[in-house]
Amino acid sequence: MNPSIISKSLLIALPLLALSACSSNSDTDSAAMEANKAAMEQAAIEQQAAAESNIETDGIQAIQLTKEELMAKRYSDAILEKIIQFDYDTAMIKPEFTSILDAHAEFLVNNPEEKVTIEGHTDEKGTPEYNIALGERRAMSVSVYLENMGVLPRQISVVSYGEEKPLNFGHTEASWSDNRRAELVY
Amino acid sequence: MLLRLFLSISIIILSAQASARLEILITEGVNTARPIAVIPFKWLGEGEKPGQFADIIAADLQRSGQFSPLALNKMPNTPSNSIGLNYGLWHKMGIEALLMGEVSPAPEAGKYIVTYELVDVVTGNANVADYSPVLESRRGTVTKTQLRRFAHRISDVAYENLTGEKGAFLTRIAYIAVDRKSSHPYQLRISDYDGYGEKLILRSKQPIMSPSWSPDGRKLAYVSFEQRHSQIYIQDLYSQKRELMTSFPKINGSPSWSPDGKSLAIVLSKEGQPEVYTLDTQSKALRRITNNRAIDTEPSWSPDGNSLIFTSTRGGQPQIYQVDLRSKVTKRLTWEGDLNLGGTVTPDGASLVLVSRNDGNYKIAAQDLASGELRTLTKTHLDESPSVAPNGSMIIYSTVYKGRQGLALVSMDGRFKANIPAQSGEVKSPAWSPFLK
Repeated sequence: MNPSIISKSLLIALPLLALSACSSNSDTDSAAMEANKAAMEQAAIEQQAAAESNIETDGIQAIQLTKEELMAKRYSDAILEKIIQFDYDTAMIKPEFTSILDAHAEFLVNNPEEKVTIEGHTDEKGTPEYNIALGERRAMSVSVYLENMGVLPRQISVVSYGEEKPLNFGHTEASWSDNRRAELVY
Repeated sequence: MLLRLFLSISIIILSAQASARLEILITEGVNTARPIAVIPFKWLGEGEKPGQFADIIAADLQRSGQFSPLALNKMPNTPSNSIGLNYGLWHKMGIEALLMGEVSPAPEAGKYIVTYELVDVVTGNANVADYSPVLESRRGTVTKTQLRRFAHRISDVAYENLTGEKGAFLTRIAYIAVDRKSSHPYQLRISDYDGYGEKLILRSKQPIMSPSWSPDGRKLAYVSFEQRHSQIYIQDLYSQKRELMTSFPKINGSPSWSPDGKSLAIVLSKEGQPEVYTLDTQSKALRRITNNRAIDTEPSWSPDGNSLIFTSTRGGQPQIYQVDLRSKVTKRLTWEGDLNLGGTVTPDGASLVLVSRNDGNYKIAAQDLASGELRTLTKTHLDESPSVAPNGSMIIYSTVYKGRQGLALVSMDGRFKANIPAQSGEVKSPAWSPFLK
C-alpha cells in the first residue's frame, strides 16, 4: 500500500470514529444510528477495496473508417466496384459501368502516385490466343476511358489474361457472361 | 541481349512423374477400320512375361482409326511366327494382316530379344510361289524400360507398311493442366501420345499458355504469366534450362517454332495492336511481319518455312490469312463460316486445320487448300487449339466434354473420334510433338 492510499483511507476512517463517539453519548434513535453506522462501515470497506485495486476506467474508440469506407465516402460507393463487364465479342464500355470508372479516375487523378493494373478477360469461346487479343482490347478501352478522364498513362498498366483466369468455372451462358470482364487491380 | 532467367518462387520446374494420366476413349469410327489381328507375343524365357506388346500395338493401331484389331477371344489360334501358318483360318474371318512375335531373354542380363513378323493374309492364302506373304520380319534388343517404346516402334513399322504413311506412335503431347486445388494450379505437362509416362515440366501460380515444340523435339516454347504479365520462354526438356525470349509491354504470345528450328513466330502488341513478328532465338533479332490496325495473331509456319499462316480481323471478323515472308504479300485463305481461327497447315501442305464458328458453335474443321472446300470434323461446340500429328493422320484438340475441359482426337477425315478426359481438373492447349528419333 502506498502512502497516498493510506491517507485516503484515513480520510474515510476519521469521520467514522467521530460517529461512533456520538452514538455512545445519546440513546435516541439508536437502531437507526446502528444501521447507518453499519452501512458507513460497509461503504468504507468497499471504498478502501476500490482504492486498493486502483481505479480503472474505459472509454470508447473514435470511429475509424477503413480505407475502403474512406474511399467510398470520398469517391462514392462506385470506387468499391472493380469489375467492368462486357457483352459478347465487344470491348465497348456499357453506360452502367461509367460511374465506376469515373470514381476510379477521380481517385487516380487526385493521387498521381497511385498505379492501377487493368486486367482484360474473355469467356472460353474461341481460341486462347485470339482471346488474349480480345482481352487486351477490353483492358485498353478501360485504359483509354481513364486517360480521357485525366489519369496519366504512367499510372496505368494493362495485362490480358484472355480466357485463362475465369471468375466462373462453369461452361454455360451465365458463366461466360461473368467471365467477359475487365478488372481494376491496385 | 541474352536474357537469363532466375527462378522465381511462383514457378517450379519438375521432372517428377505425375500421378494423373490421360486415357483415350474411342467414341466413333471403329466400324470403318480394316480388320487385322495382333497376336500376343510368345515369351520364350522363364518366369513372368516382360511386357504386353500385343496390347500396346493393338491399341496404337486401333487409335489410328485405320485398323480394327481382332479380340483375343475370337482368335482361332495364336501363332508366334509364319512357319507353317494356316492363313486360311484368318482369311475366312476377313482378317487382312497378322502381326505376331516372340520375346526371349538376351545373353546380356536385363535385356530382351524381340522378333516380330507382319504377314499379309490374302497373299498367304493365295500361296503363289513368287509372292511372299511376309511384309516385315525384324528383331531388336531392348532393356525392360525400352519395351513400351519398342512396342510403339513396331506399331510404326506395321502402320507404315499397311498404309504407306509414316506412323506417329513414337510421339508425345505437351498440354496445360489446370488443377485449381493445387498451390500451383497451372501446369505444363508432357506424356507419350497415348497418355502414358506423364511428366510435369513446369507448374506456376499464374497461367501458362501455348506450348510449341522445337522441330527436334528437345525444347518447348510457351507463354508464362509468372511475373504477372505475359512473357515467352524456351525450356529445354532434357536439361530443364529455361531461357526468357521476350518480355515486352503488353502481349507476348503465340510462339510457334520455325521448321528449321532457328526462329519463333510470335505476337507482340507493344506498338499498339497485336502484330505478328519473327524472333531469331539466338540473336533475338525481331522482324515485324504484319502492320495494320486489326488484330493479327496465332501465327504458324507453312511446312516449307517460307510463309506464315495467321488469324486477322482486318476483314471485320477473324479469318485465316497467309503471308509470304520474303515479299510480305498476304492473301486470305478462309471464306466459309462466321469466322475462322487458329489455322495450321498439315505436314503435307495440302490442308489447313482450323477452328471454324458456325451458328455460334466452335468446331474443328479442315480446308482443302487447292479446292478451298471446308469440312467440319467434330460435333462438339467449344473446340479449340487443334494440333496435327506429325504424319498428318490425326488432330488433337481441346473441347468441353461432360462439363469439363479435356482433350480429344479426331482423324483427318473426321471418321474416327476419341476423348481423352482429364482424371482431375481441366486439360487444354495440346501440342503434338514432331517425330522423335
